[in-house]
Order: sequence, then C-alpha cells, then structure tokens
Amino acid sequence: MTGEREVVITSSADVVAVRQLVRSVAIEVGLSLVDQTKIVTAASELARNALVYAGGGDVRILVVENGHRRGLKLIVTDDGPGIPDLELALTDGWTTGNGLGLGLSGSRRLVDEFDLLSGPGKGTTVTVTKWAR
Amino acid sequence: MSVQADTARRRIEELLRTNEEQIIGRWAKIAKASSEELSELYRALLASLDEGKNDLADIRGLLADLSRSRARAGFAPSDTARAVFGLKEVVFELAESDADWAEAAGGLVWFSRLIDDLGLYTFETYTDAREKIILDQAEQLLELSTPVVKMWDGIVAVPLIGTLDSARTQVVMEKLLQTLVDTGAEHAIIDITGVPAVDTQVAQHLLKTVVAARLMGAECVISGIRPQIAHTIVTLGVEFGDIVTKASLADALAHTFRRAGIEVGRARQAHVSIRAENA
Ligand SMILES: Nc1ncnc2c1ncn2[C@@H]1O[C@H](COP(=O)(O)OP(=O)(O)OP(=O)(O)O)[C@@H](O)[C@H]1O
Ligand SMILES: [Mg+2]
Repeated sequence: MTGEREVVITSSADVVAVRQLVRSVAIEVGLSLVDQTKIVTAASELARNALVYAGGGDVRILVVENGHRRGLKLIVTDDGPGIPDLELALTDGWTTGNGLGLGLSGSRRLVDEFDLLSGPGKGTTVTVTKWAR
Repeated sequence: MSVQADTARRRIEELLRTNEEQIIGRWAKIAKASSEELSELYRALLASLDEGKNDLADIRGLLADLSRSRARAGFAPSDTARAVFGLKEVVFELAESDADWAEAAGGLVWFSRLIDDLGLYTFETYTDAREKIILDQAEQLLELSTPVVKMWDGIVAVPLIGTLDSARTQVVMEKLLQTLVDTGAEHAIIDITGVPAVDTQVAQHLLKTVVAARLMGAECVISGIRPQIAHTIVTLGVEFGDIVTKASLADALAHTFRRAGIEVGRARQAHVSIRAENA
C-alpha cells in the first residue's frame, strides 16, 4: 500500500504508535531488518523530541520512490519554540533537557537523507528518508 | 437545492415520520439488532432532519457509541456498517410502494447518500476504537510480561518484551532494583531479546539502572543484543562504557556463573569401553 499515514503526537503512547506504524511501513517498503530498526529508532527520537520540547506534533509517514528504489520518508512537525542554534542541537551530547543529547545527531546518522528546518518561534520540521537497498 | 429536489426530500422525511414503527421493526430484522437500540438512532435521525440544518452531531455521537461497543464485543466493522445501511433497504421498499413513487424516488438519492455517510462514519469510529483496544492490550501485556525472575541463588533476571516507553521502562527498572534489595542478589541480567528497538531513552534507562545496581553492590549484565539493535545503538552513538553486554541470555548466565564463582559441569557420560583382546 502506498499513500500517506499520519499520527498526531500528544502522549508517549503516540510515540509507541509511531514506532509500530513505521515498522510496518518499513517492512512493506522492503527495508532490511537493520534498516527497519534504524528508521524506527529515528522516528522514535524525532517524535519524542516533538512531544518533549514542543508539547506535541505530528508525524507523516510516506512511501517514496526513486527509480527502482523504494524508501520510507518521515516528516515530523511541531509548532513549538523551535531550535535557536541548529549546529549546537546537532552536536553529540548536547541537551537542554536531561537526555543523552543523541536523538537529533544520532537520527541524522541512522537515515540516508536528513533535513532540519527550525528557528526561534517557528516550530521545527525534520524530514528524513531511508532507502531500501 | 432546487425546489423539486426539496419536495422529493420532504416526501422521504414524511415517509420516515409516518411509518416509524413499521420501519424500525423491519430494520431490526435486516440489521439483526435490537429495536430499542435502533429506535434511539432513528429518533436522533428524525430530530436532526427536523432542525432542517442537517446537524448530525447527535446521531454521530450515538453511532460512535454503538460502533465502539460493537468493536469491544468483537463484531466485524462491516457488520456495524451493514446494520446502518439496512435502513436504506427498508426505506427503498417503502418508497416503491408509495403512491407518489416518482417524487419519492428523487429523494432516495439524497437519503441514500446520508445513510452512506453515516455507515462510513461507523466504520471510522470502529477502526479508531479497535486501534485503541489493541494499544491498551499491548500496554497491559507489556506490564504483565515483565517479571523479575530468580535464575539462581543470588542471580535475578528481567526479560524485557515489547516496545518500551519511558514510564514502563522505569517501572521495570524500579522493580529490578527493589528485587535486588529484597533478595540480596548480587547479580542481575537485563535481557532485551524481546525489545524491537532501543532508542536514546531506553538506552538511558538501561544505563541508569546498571549504575544504580552497582551503587547497591550488584553487578548487571545486559543480554539479548541482536545484530540490528547493536548496529543501531552504535550508529546512534550510545556508549555502554564498561557495562558487560552479551548476545544471548545463556552467555550472560554463563558469564554471571563465572563471576559468582558458581561451577556448572556437564553430567558425566556413561563411559563404556569394549575391548577385544586377541581377536
Ligand atoms: N522539536 C524540537 N523543538 C525544540 N527544541 C528541540 C527539538 N528537538 C530537539 N530540540 C533541542 O535540541 C536538543 C538536542 O536534541 P536531541 O534529541 O539530540 O537530544 P535530547 O532530546 O536532549 O536527548 P536524547 O538523547 O534523549 O534525545 C534538545 O535538548 C533540545 O534543546
Ligand atoms: Mg531527543
């Protein structure tokens, strides 16, 4: 099945739902077990950031195609305070909460394409893609 | 709406109002539902038409309740939708025998669309309700399936199963630490074979638990790290430092036995020797 799925994030149960949905779409797209686990983990990080730092947000899950390859694209959006310094936020170990500070930087390494759009008062949108090999 | 369509629609509304009892009776038979349940719906439908502003909020509320209770009772979603669609059948039959058939026929299209919408609406709420039930069950299952088990004298283990969120991981970890206090065990194994993904949050809980266990004088081993999890943890950048990790629970147990000075030998096999001398 192609088409778009959407999960609105308002609680940690929704983050669990995102993980489960991303897993099933990743299987459908034909990602390997390792790549499934990587995109599921990235989804978990981004969805939880939206929940923790913006009080909630929205995750869209899309099946994309590029020539012969299929992939899974995630668009995680929130209307929160935004991130003032993107470079800093993407530094391993940097956290303003009490996390490990690896969610954003680690997610970037877990996926094939990573795009972060944010600014003070502008909310945050992270778009990532994982391609089937 | 054109004048003609308007009269046609009014004709159906009249039909609905004057034949209430007959319609509900027949509908109940087709839908295989109780007439009480259906007459409540029917009255809400009439009321919403009465107000003329097509306010379907009440009837949607009732349908949502119906569909949720049917979801819990294990009905298929098509059953519930079909029950609603059943009303079309009844009204079509009635319109056919109506003297002003031509006029009523025009209104049937409108009515049909209305019932289709309502039927599909039950489908939607049904799916939502099912999803919620599944999620609740998964949560309950997770809580039930995270016991702290005694493996050996002085060795306890927690097999973590399912996808973990912060609250539940914390419950499990607290339970483990409490068991260490209660039993005086000095060795603990946290087995994550059943965890489909380890993100920074789960990793952080694991790390904190190991540190807390150490402060209590116990040693912790993390086992069941499958290849895909190992890959992901490394890429994410989480470092487990000097924490002992093992691929399987059996490896972790063997390691713990060694650390605890417990020796386990293979039962000696019967040794039979047959020698033929001077054959
Ligand atoms: N959606 C967001 N809105 C606002 N700020 C954010 C958002 N996502 C991340 N940040 C900021 O970027 C920092 C780094 O995020 P990152 O996910 O890498 O680490 P963390 O959430 O602090 O810890 P963890 O390793 O548990 O994810 C956060 O501490 C926060 O200040
Ligand atoms: Mg984070």
